[in-house]
Amino acid sequence: METLIEFFSFQDASIIAVVVGSILVTSSSAVVGTFTFLKKKALLGDAVAHAVLPGICLAFIVSGTKNPLILIVGAFITGWLSLVLIDFITAKTKLKEDTAIALVLSVFFGVGILMLTKIQHSGNAAQSGLDSFLFGNAAALIGADLLVFATVSAILLLVIGLLFKEMKILAFDPEYAKVIGLPVRSLELVLTSLTVLAVVTGIQAVGVVLMAAMLITPAAAARFWTQDTFKMVVIAGFLGAFSGLAGAFVSYSAPTMPTGPWIVMIISIIALVSFFVAPKRGIFSRNLHQRVLRHMIMDENLLKELYHIGEKDNSPFKERTIAAIMYERFFPEGQLISGLSRLRRKGFLVSKDGKWKFSQSGYEKGQRMVKLHRLWELYLTEYLKIAPDHVHEDAETIEHVITPELEARLEKMLSFPEKDPHQSQIPY
Amino acid sequence: MDAFYIIATASSFAISCAILGSFLILRRMAMVGDAISHAVLPGIVIAFLFTGSRDSIEMIIGAGILGVFTTFIIEFFHRKARLQADAAIGVTFTWLFALGVILVSLYAGQVDIDQECVLYGEIAYVPLDVWITDSGQNLGPRALYIAAGILVINLIFMWLGYRYLYLTSFDPQFAATIGVGVSVWNYLLMGSVSMTTVAAFESVGAILIVALMVAPAATAYLITDRLGRMIGLGVLFAILISFLGYYLAAWLDASIAGGIVTVAGILFFSVMMIQKLCLKRLALGSSHSDLKAS
Repeated sequence: METLIEFFSFQDASIIAVVVGSILVTSSSAVVGTFTFLKKKALLGDAVAHAVLPGICLAFIVSGTKNPLILIVGAFITGWLSLVLIDFITAKTKLKEDTAIALVLSVFFGVGILMLTKIQHSGNAAQSGLDSFLFGNAAALIGADLLVFATVSAILLLVIGLLFKEMKILAFDPEYAKVIGLPVRSLELVLTSLTVLAVVTGIQAVGVVLMAAMLITPAAAARFWTQDTFKMVVIAGFLGAFSGLAGAFVSYSAPTMPTGPWIVMIISIIALVSFFVAPKRGIFSRNLHQRVLRHMIMDENLLKELYHIGEKDNSPFKERTIAAIMYERFFPEGQLISGLSRLRRKGFLVSKDGKWKFSQSGYEKGQRMVKLHRLWELYLTEYLKIAPDHVHEDAETIEHVITPELEARLEKMLSFPEKDPHQSQIPY
Repeated sequence: MDAFYIIATASSFAISCAILGSFLILRRMAMVGDAISHAVLPGIVIAFLFTGSRDSIEMIIGAGILGVFTTFIIEFFHRKARLQADAAIGVTFTWLFALGVILVSLYAGQVDIDQECVLYGEIAYVPLDVWITDSGQNLGPRALYIAAGILVINLIFMWLGYRYLYLTSFDPQFAATIGVGVSVWNYLLMGSVSMTTVAAFESVGAILIVALMVAPAATAYLITDRLGRMIGLGVLFAILISFLGYYLAAWLDASIAGGIVTVAGILFFSVMMIQKLCLKRLALGSSHSDLKAS
């Protein structure tokens, strides 16, 4: 608790630096990642993240220093190269994209590990800390390094802001983008470069191994809260920033802990919670919605079948046994009984001694369902020239979604017909 | 002798990986394999905390279950939450891997695994950990026995299941029609992938195991279209890269696993480039002969 207060009072200048740095790099990668997510290329980020390792090591071997600018240049080159190779393998050989990604990712990383261990075994004193690129170390975001990483992140956010509309079209409909004359190739080039840059800056805080999560997870979480691209980008950015802040805190309070995994843990928990509880798209709300629909369809089918039975012996309000309903149409017994009780609660049915009969409103609703079903069958045979023995299935589905407006139009269009294609009476 | 032990262990793992990798590639599940290889980490750490040893049967079985569980979570996010497939993979494995690394750092004193080892293993230590019987007889390195055991299990799995895996990989609908349990074989394959990953973890690490699964099989796939030959060539390449990779690493004084993967990458890109160049020449040659004929 004391550390928490100490941390958030921002008394120490280095704390401010670490916080600002972490927030900038995590939020900018989340923003860029939103577009790769929307393009369904999320795993390319994973490949780039692993592929920057040999670049960093090579830059170190060549220059002999850990100057962030030189390392960024090295990382940028191999990150880019990995994407070019994946494209080449996918386009020019029979290997599919997933194999190409897995291959390039692991091979580049293997080469990186070969170089890293070579550097470590060489006994060069300047190399210590190079391995913090593996799992990230937000606390190291200080001084001149911070300036470099912050500048790159700011550039990323700026470019995305300026090209927002173009990027959005590119992500959703590249064909359309081409048609309206957008420079698709160049825009894709820009997005690729932005992705590589985001990875290159982000690895300082998160590390190469888990960097993919910073591109994918905030966007995946944000997707569950909104349909709007702009809002999604903003939400993803905020979630990224929050996890970055948390990562900086972990790095401050427990210096031996690698920061990357904690940042990823926090953003993943946010994403998991979103998957379940988000309104509309979340699993809970989706399940609830499905249940409501399932019940509605069951109820309407039950009323319809009761009407059918009444139609046969011309006594619509007679009491019916469960067996009689099951004879008309099979329903799983549990569902049938719970459906009937639901209808009683809603006042559509009345029950006595285990027998069920219509109330007035239930009768009307059952009649309407039968009418809609038969109207639709007639519409299909009359207007779409479908054979009468092919129309039942379709009507069985659509009867549940026909609105009163559509109902009125159907009636008018077919001029209030008497009989459906199977010569059954259409009730009004 | 040390070199022999290391190369033999690496080859055994690489052969198992090449066989399983062939199916992963054909099923377009290479990235699922990647996800599993990361996601077993928390299972390994937890099993280690409970059993206190690294090469127990419980650990291999426990982590094998976790691998299947990973596949299940990915499916769940994709189907139930309608998260697009690539993001479902990306979110799941990074989360589980992060959990694993956090556990490793939290229990650093109790768990004899360090963060770097998680990534690229240390196969150079294989000859140091030998299996000595009660009577004091030295039977050779323990890891070699594990690698050979896993290889035998994978070979038995292939012997029993080759036909079904073949069928479910190429035509799952037909397989389902004639009554082959498509998802059962899918989960069995994923189980084998995770079991092999766990067994090889110490020696080659989480990320490089993916290279062993994908690179030799992908190289073989460039050369042939027949599954049997693809697996055969993959096995051949697996042995070749283990051998050359060891000497590359020894020459550079660097990670052996890194060396093996580097050689695997060089092999793949050489085959690809040679094929491209030859095909281009062939195409040019044939168009010349066409001209003559006309």
